Amino acid sequence: MRLKKKSSAGMAEGDMTPMIDMTFQLIAFFMVLINFSEAEQNERIRLPSSELAKPPERPFEAPLTLQLTSQGTVIFGGQDIPLAGLKSTLLREAQLLNATPDRSVADATIIIRADRTAKTGVVQEVIQACQETGFERFALRAKQQERRT
Amino acid sequence: MKVRNTQRHADEKVELQMTPMIDIVFQLLIFFIMTFKIVSPEGDFNIRMPLAAPSEGIPDPLQLPPIRVRMVANADGSLRGVQMGTRTLSQENPFDDLHIQIREIVGDDTGPGSVAESTEIELDCDYNLDFEYVIAAITAVSGYVADDGMGVIRLVEKIKFSPPKVPK
Repeated sequence: MRLKKKSSAGMAEGDMTPMIDMTFQLIAFFMVLINFSEAEQNERIRLPSSELAKPPERPFEAPLTLQLTSQGTVIFGGQDIPLAGLKSTLLREAQLLNATPDRSVADATIIIRADRTAKTGVVQEVIQACQETGFERFALRAKQQERRT
Repeated sequence: MKVRNTQRHADEKVELQMTPMIDIVFQLLIFFIMTFKIVSPEGDFNIRMPLAAPSEGIPDPLQLPPIRVRMVANADGSLRGVQMGTRTLSQENPFDDLHIQIREIVGDDTGPGSVAESTEIELDCDYNLDFEYVIAAITAVSGYVADDGMGVIRLVEKIKFSPPKVPK
């Protein structure tokens, strides 16, 4: 008798159901919100905000993201590139794009994620470097924000 | 004894091994919490800028010259003033002023063949101007949120930059 009383019946006494319900709720919540997409977003860059910046309806054809820090360096493909070395990197990308069938440099879109305190002149120099390697389409990225009234 | 027997049967019914399941569930929970990253929505302003050929020939006579928006910066990169064409815009809210001016020029008719489509803006900025003012100017000229808060009404789509003023 004593043995039977000690047996596992007493251990699982507490009602587990609400806790497990909650835990599954939490798991479902985080599962739905997770995104594995490798969005190129660097924490060092604080984007300028604009109320008209709406996410594009369809993704760009051949996007290349150039991120511009407030110090004036360019982050491309996870690497810091000084402004002077940007052109050779872009040239390589352009050749790669031209070598791909039914793609050309003119179709590619350069997404520029520049910091809000980045110098406009540097942004323009980045655009100029892209233009010289044949890129034509640019997208200046901004954070979506409602207008403060 | 009989009563005890039935009790024991009742106990056996709920006897499920919860521990491994809860272990796994917590593992999953921790995993999803750790990989959770808040991504704020981002949008783009499209700018189409092919490298301008220096000898373009005779420009299209129907094409109006672009509206020049000149933005002057202080030494620290903040905005000193905005000029549209030849007139200086208000000091307090230059971008609101710019927006009103552009709306006056463009009017509310948009779509193919309208003034809005043929108008072009050329942004002429100082080298050390903070980038956020450029975005503010582009926002002011490219459109506005409709009064009901739904959708965006586009004004000027063609925006380009003047060549950068590289400091000597």
